[in-house]
Amino acid sequence: MNISDQMTQAFIVCISAIFTNNILLSYFLGLCPFIGCSREMKASVGLGLAVIFVMTCTCLLNWLVYHYVLAPLSLEFFRFIMFIIIIAAFVQFVEMAIERFSPYLYQRLGVFLPLITVNCAILGASLFMVIRDYTFIVTIGYGLGSGIGWFLAIIAMAGIRQKLSNDSIPKGLQGPGITLIIAGIMALAFIGFAGVLAGQ
Amino acid sequence: MIVFALVKAVLVVSAIAAALAAVLVVAEAFLRNYGPCKITINDERELNIKGGDNLLSVLTAEKIFIPSACGGRGTCGLCKLKVLEGAGPLLPTEEPYLDKKEIQDNVRLSCQVKVRNDLKIKIPEELFAIREYTARCAEIKDLTLDIKLFRFELTDPLQISFMPGQYVQLLTPVYEKSSEEVYRAYSVASDPAQKNIIDLIIRLVPGGICTTYCFEYLKVGDEIKMNGPYGEFRLTDTDAEMVWVAGGSGMAPFVSILYEMRNSNNHRKAVYYFGANKVEELFLTDQMKQFEKDLPNFKFVPIVAQPGEGKNWDGETGLVTQAVQRNVKNAGDCEGYLCGSPGMIDAAIVVLKKLGLNENKIYYDKFA
Repeated sequence: MNISDQMTQAFIVCISAIFTNNILLSYFLGLCPFIGCSREMKASVGLGLAVIFVMTCTCLLNWLVYHYVLAPLSLEFFRFIMFIIIIAAFVQFVEMAIERFSPYLYQRLGVFLPLITVNCAILGASLFMVIRDYTFIVTIGYGLGSGIGWFLAIIAMAGIRQKLSNDSIPKGLQGPGITLIIAGIMALAFIGFAGVLAGQ
Repeated sequence: MIVFALVKAVLVVSAIAAALAAVLVVAEAFLRNYGPCKITINDERELNIKGGDNLLSVLTAEKIFIPSACGGRGTCGLCKLKVLEGAGPLLPTEEPYLDKKEIQDNVRLSCQVKVRNDLKIKIPEELFAIREYTARCAEIKDLTLDIKLFRFELTDPLQISFMPGQYVQLLTPVYEKSSEEVYRAYSVASDPAQKNIIDLIIRLVPGGICTTYCFEYLKVGDEIKMNGPYGEFRLTDTDAEMVWVAGGSGMAPFVSILYEMRNSNNHRKAVYYFGANKVEELFLTDQMKQFEKDLPNFKFVPIVAQPGEGKNWDGETGLVTQAVQRNVKNAGDCEGYLCGSPGMIDAAIVVLKKLGLNENKIYYDKFA
C-alpha cells in the first residue's frame, strides 16, 4: 500500500471510529469517566480533549513498541502489560510537563490526565489497533478518530444531562441510572450511522 | 527453549519498565521540583514543605487530617478547605462539588490544589484540632470505689483546644490482658482554658480493656496517646434554661462545661440532676458547691437511690429520672443535656418528653 492509499484508509478509519464504530457507544469502553464526569459541560470538554490527545499519542507509541520491540522478539502476548505500563508512564509524564510549562493548559486539560490513566478506552484503542493490523499512518487516523468519538459522546451526554437537570427524574433513576439508559439510547442512534460507511 | 523465551520476555519487559520508570524519576526531579514552599494555616502555624504534591497529601504527611473518602481523586468532595492565597484558578474538577457561596469564600478541594508556591489556608478549628496527642499521666485520684479521675499533661503537642462537652479517644496499648491496641472514648472533664491538661473521669468496667488498663496498670508518670477532640455535645448559643441529667462518670462533660461557664461569666440557668445508688457514690460535691457559689443561676441536685440506714442523707432520694419528674416544672422552655449510661439516657429522654420538652432540644452523646 502506498502512502496516499494509506492516507485515504486512515481518513476512512478515522470517520468510522467517530461514528459507526464509536469506541464508547458501540464497544462501551471508558464508561466510568463517561458517567462520572458528564455532569458538567466544561469538565466534559476538558476530559474529552485530554482523551483525544492521550489516545492518539499512546496508540502511536504502542504501535512503535509493538512493531519494533515486541513483534521482533515474538513477545506479542506481552502487549497487555506493556501497553498499560506505557500509557501510565506517558500520562504521568505529560501531566508533569503540562503542569510545569503551561498553567493555562494544565487548568483546562491537565487536571483530567490522572483520571484517564486507567480509562479502558485508551487501552482498548491500542489493542484494536493491533488486532486490526493497522499501519502506522492508519493508526494515527484510528487513534484520533476514537478520541474524537469519545469526545463527541461525552459532550452529547453532558448536554443531555444539563437539560435533564431541570426535569423531575424518579428517585431510583437519578444519577448513573438515567445516564446509562441515555447512553443506551444514544448507542441505538449511533447504529444509524452504520450504513453510511463500511470502511473497516 | 521455553525457559530461554521466558527469561527473554521477563528481561525485555523489565528493561522497558525500568527505562520508563527512570524517565519518570528524572522528569519528576526536574519538572515537579517547585522548591521549598510555605503553608500558613489559620495565620498561626507555618509548614515548610517541598512543593509539587497536592495539598491534601501534604497536610496528611504533616498529620493534619482532612476528611476524604476517595483518597484524593476528586470524586467525593469531602476534603474542602479555604485557600486564601496561592491556589491559582478554580479547576474544572472542583467545580461540581462547590456551590456559589463556597466558590466566593475561596473554598477548594484540597486534593486538587497543588502546592507550587506559598499558600495561605484556613482549616476549621475543629478539624485542625483533631490530632494525636502524647500525654503524661500526672495524677490519679480516687473519686469513689470504682471511679477515678485521671489527669494528663500533654507533652506533644503541648496544647489542645476543645469545646467543653467534647471527648477524646484514649489509646490503650498492648498489655498483659489485651493483645491489641484499642481506642475508647472519654469526655474531657478539665477546664478548657487549661490547654495542656486533660482530665478524664473513668469508671471501672469489669473486664473492660481500657478501664482495666487505666485502673491496674497505668501509673503516674506513664506516657499515653490519645486523639481528638470529637463530638457535638456542647452548650447551645441560646439562653434557654437547662436541665442536666447525669450519672456516674457522666459527670465529666458537665465539669468542663461549668469551668467554661465560669470563665465566660455565663449566667444561664441550669439545674444539674446527678444520680447515684449510694451516698458513697457521690463525688466532686465540694466542687459543685463552689460552682453554685460562683454561678448564681446554677443548682446542683444530687439524688441517691438507696441512702441506706443510718446514713446522714437529707437530699433527694430515688432514681434521677424520678427527681427530674418531681422538680422540673417548665420543661417546655428548657433544653435537656444528658450524659451517662445508655439506659439512663433513654429513661431520661422518655421522662423529659413526657414533661413537654421538645425532643430536638435534648442533647447527648451515647457511649455504648
